[in-house]
Amino acid sequence: MAEAKSLRGARAERPLSPHLQVYAMPINMLMSIVHRITGAALYFGSLLLAWWLVAAAAGPDYFNWVNAIYGSLPGRLVLFGYTWALMHHMMGGIRHFIWDTGRGYDLKTIDGLAWGTLLASIILTALVWLAVWVVG
Amino acid sequence: MTEMNMRTPLKRVRALGSAKEGANHFWHQRVTAVANIFLVLGVVWLLVSLVGADYPTVKATLAHPVNALVLGLLAVSGAVHMRLGMQVIIEDYVHGELSKIVLLMLNTFFAIVIGAACLFAVAKLSFGA
Repeated sequence: MAEAKSLRGARAERPLSPHLQVYAMPINMLMSIVHRITGAALYFGSLLLAWWLVAAAAGPDYFNWVNAIYGSLPGRLVLFGYTWALMHHMMGGIRHFIWDTGRGYDLKTIDGLAWGTLLASIILTALVWLAVWVVG
Repeated sequence: MTEMNMRTPLKRVRALGSAKEGANHFWHQRVTAVANIFLVLGVVWLLVSLVGADYPTVKATLAHPVNALVLGLLAVSGAVHMRLGMQVIIEDYVHGELSKIVLLMLNTFFAIVIGAACLFAVAKLSFGA
């Protein structure tokens, strides 16, 4: 009994699994979580598009006021985040379409798709805002 | 190789599984997801082209039939898609029967309000004075 107790004590020195401070989340798991978070963000972010369209329908004074908010620095930051969430969710969706066909279930492809989702979302967001910079 | 399943096809199809809606949630989610890819790209293109534009330009551009159609389609497809997505989130995390039903109902209201607001705005820009 005493021996078992000391053994148990020795075991407690090692990290428990999954130990939250040393646990490295697989990229696929992280992208899955981000897919849901971006989805929820886009859900509430749809208010931005609805508000802007209603403002345009309401008339010039109200529209210019709303447009100025969107064009301000905080407004642009929110829209930049919105763009990234949109692109990430879209790329994550395409990843799911690939899985829907029954393909891409080996670990190497899963990791590749997860990194591809992240990379493509960043590139697409940069492209959109490059276009914004060129047009504006 | 005899099938030991005693259920008739009718019995199996009638209740449509435990969720009572078969694969409809999955299917509608995927159909709107595919549609949203094209509609979102179109609307992002449209919005970027309007950066810095004055009100008459914005109004005229949004009233163009093609633009209005793409916006209107996204309003419907997007609202359906986001309602389905949020429904899953609620069902995953909210387990109280009353709070779940209330949130699912609010979810439907929100999606309809967003969709209707966008549709009405686009319609007014297209047909209004």
